[in-house]
Amino acid sequence: MTQSSALGAVALHGVDIHFGEGKTAVQALSGIDLRIEPGEFVSILGPSGCGKSTIIGALAGFTPITSGELRVDAERVTAPGPERGVVFQQHTLFPWKTVAKNVEFGLKMRGVRRAEREQKAREILSSMGLGEFLAHYPHQLSGGMQQRVNLARVLVNRPRVILMDEPFCSLDAQTRLQMQELLLSLWHELHMTVVFVTHEVDEALFLSDRVIVLTRRPARIKSEVPVDLPRPRTRDLLTSPEFVALKRRTLQLLLDETSASAKPS
Amino acid sequence: MESAVQGGVAPRANAAALSADEAALSISATHGSSARLSKRVASVSIGALSIALWLLLWQLASVHKWNFFFRFENIPAPTEVAAAFGELYRAPKFAAHVVSSVRRIFLGFSLAAGLSVVLGLLIGRFRIAAQSLFPPLEILRPIPAVAWIPLAILLFASAEQSMVFITFIGAFFPILLSTIHGVEGIDRRLVYASLTLGAGPIDVFREVILPGALPSIVTGLSIGMGTSWFSLVTAEMISGQFGIGYYTWEAYTLQQYPKIVLGMITIGLLGMGSSLLIKWVGRRFMPWFKPDASAA
Repeated sequence: MTQSSALGAVALHGVDIHFGEGKTAVQALSGIDLRIEPGEFVSILGPSGCGKSTIIGALAGFTPITSGELRVDAERVTAPGPERGVVFQQHTLFPWKTVAKNVEFGLKMRGVRRAEREQKAREILSSMGLGEFLAHYPHQLSGGMQQRVNLARVLVNRPRVILMDEPFCSLDAQTRLQMQELLLSLWHELHMTVVFVTHEVDEALFLSDRVIVLTRRPARIKSEVPVDLPRPRTRDLLTSPEFVALKRRTLQLLLDETSASAKPS
Repeated sequence: MESAVQGGVAPRANAAALSADEAALSISATHGSSARLSKRVASVSIGALSIALWLLLWQLASVHKWNFFFRFENIPAPTEVAAAFGELYRAPKFAAHVVSSVRRIFLGFSLAAGLSVVLGLLIGRFRIAAQSLFPPLEILRPIPAVAWIPLAILLFASAEQSMVFITFIGAFFPILLSTIHGVEGIDRRLVYASLTLGAGPIDVFREVILPGALPSIVTGLSIGMGTSWFSLVTAEMISGQFGIGYYTWEAYTLQQYPKIVLGMITIGLLGMGSSLLIKWVGRRFMPWFKPDASAA
């Protein structure tokens, strides 16, 4: 997959997003300029309700941008597409489909034959430790397992960019760490671009090459934190002095915004 | 508990260990089914005892012709009703009554189910369908099916057609509303998820909207089944020639009182049987659906 490593560039130029009209109009994003290299892992961090998820919606293609330009590789983003996989928070597996059928969904939409679909779904699920759960329904799985299926359902389509909207926020701490490590190993293996939205500083720093800190609403880019920590990363990193120093700095950036948003405007 | 994990442990090993833990959890949940069984036996026997006591009370009231507030002097005793049941094999007409009611339900209900599910999916999904189709239906909806009876007799050439129409009306609105409700209740993120996985408009309809609305549709079908029986029995009592509602009313006019109760019980059984049928069909088409799990 030498070619795929060159694909997956994301570019936002002066992106504004407004919701509603007249008095109830809300500006969610304001003048976002951001370039993400192919294969880069970038986290978007911001105070809650700032519009982080709106960026994912815009990149995914279901939230129209008001002005500016948004491109993935050379193409302007106008509609959802399978080359931009989205992992949502939770409960977005199809409850009426088995684990295997959920994972096969994207392939089915592309017209891949049944035998091939089934084989691909089986392969990716086994590689993620879910080989015994092919015939289970989502409600029979724990939250962590459901999110692994969610990840498999997106990755089986080999997207160039994977967009993740606080995918692990509903999981307990240990499961979350396991999922983060799993994600890193898959990312390393598959060379895709990851845009990861979170409100957790630890998570953002542990995973990313670069962390983008947003301001409160309307969200602008407040600053960029390059994360020059060695890879592959393991949980030991979380307690290393370099990590802690970086965390203190990032937390301060985030807290400035949170306390600012607490004041009446 | 918390062991220090050495650097470089493959995340996949973690993932596999996690799923083994979770599998163990789900197995342990199946224990304790024998305790549940004995609890069930106890609750069933208490229920049966209660029914027996009520029957006994009824028997005493009828035999002794108790007449305070409720006048039991003309009410047949359970033993008389049982005797009437025993004589059924000598009454071939009874089966014809049942068959004609079941036939009316089958026709009226099937037509209503087919039409209201299609309309409900369209109204729930497309704004233009909601704007154009829903207002006229909304005007007709508060009118009970039974109120349609006189007009139905005028509308159709035969009494048979008008009675099928009444069962149709009885089933139509509950199914329509449940279907619309089901479509509107579908989590938008499921639609988004399907779109980001490459689904087109028809795929979204077939793979997300229809299965997503199915639990509500089945609920609507079972409510609609109840209301269509209710409507049919009333229609048969008023204008019928045949049917179990007509049979029950005729028993009253001919003063064959045990047959009234016989008719009532038959109507109850038919209603129960048809709603069990709906439940069974629902379970067959939705092996994934667990009403309890969605609340958890």
